[in-house]
Amino acid sequence: MAENITFHFDVHGDNFSSAGEASQVVKKKLRQLGFPPDVIRRVSIAMYEGEINMVIHADGGDADVTVTDEDIIIVLADKGPGIPDVDLAMQEGFSTAREHIRSLGFGAGMGLPNMKKYTDTMKIDTEIGVGTTITMTVKHKA
Amino acid sequence: MKLSVLAEKLGLTLLAGDPPEEFDGVYAGDFLSRAMSRVGEGEVWITIMNNVNVIAVASLTDAACVILAEDVGLDDAARAAADSKGVCVYSSGKTVYELCRDIAAIVS
Repeated sequence: MAENITFHFDVHGDNFSSAGEASQVVKKKLRQLGFPPDVIRRVSIAMYEGEINMVIHADGGDADVTVTDEDIIIVLADKGPGIPDVDLAMQEGFSTAREHIRSLGFGAGMGLPNMKKYTDTMKIDTEIGVGTTITMTVKHKA
Repeated sequence: MKLSVLAEKLGLTLLAGDPPEEFDGVYAGDFLSRAMSRVGEGEVWITIMNNVNVIAVASLTDAACVILAEDVGLDDAARAAADSKGVCVYSSGKTVYELCRDIAAIVS
């Protein structure tokens, strides 16, 4: 692959009907590019969870995916409230999702843990009242 | 195992999508993040959740189909999403437990 391939998506906040659309597009693109199913699955899960988090907690944001020779890099940036305690947020089962969000099947407290589990690296930059940027990398070359 | 055989033996009603030929495994659960990481490609996903996000997760995980337990239906938006994404959705009057029990008996 000579040049990096990039995709950009505007993730709309509080719209659960379209939540996950960016992940679906990325999945389709990666399939077209010939990536193996396990790589596509990992990227899909991590990106979907991040996308949903932005919809639930941050009124949307920007999702950028870059495919390089070695990695697939996912950057999710929002201008939401920030994460007060990242260690707590990373614990499986911890969720601040409201009741009506839970009634849709979200709020299991598995979003961030899944993102970490299915990626090779994950970095969270967050500032209260400013926003959160999560950068994840999935290596596709052994 | 052939999905059509399973559907017939369980008395499932097809609500949306075209059933694939085969399925390979079953997951039951309602939290989407759990399902996202647990439903394997080609697996049957049993749930009582019926919104468009279920369709998104089923599509992303390449589930063979979704079975909605307890006669849960699909609204127009979810049905349209299922049809456009090619996600097969069935409905059953059985509970999640009854479906799991009966599938275990059928495949064993």
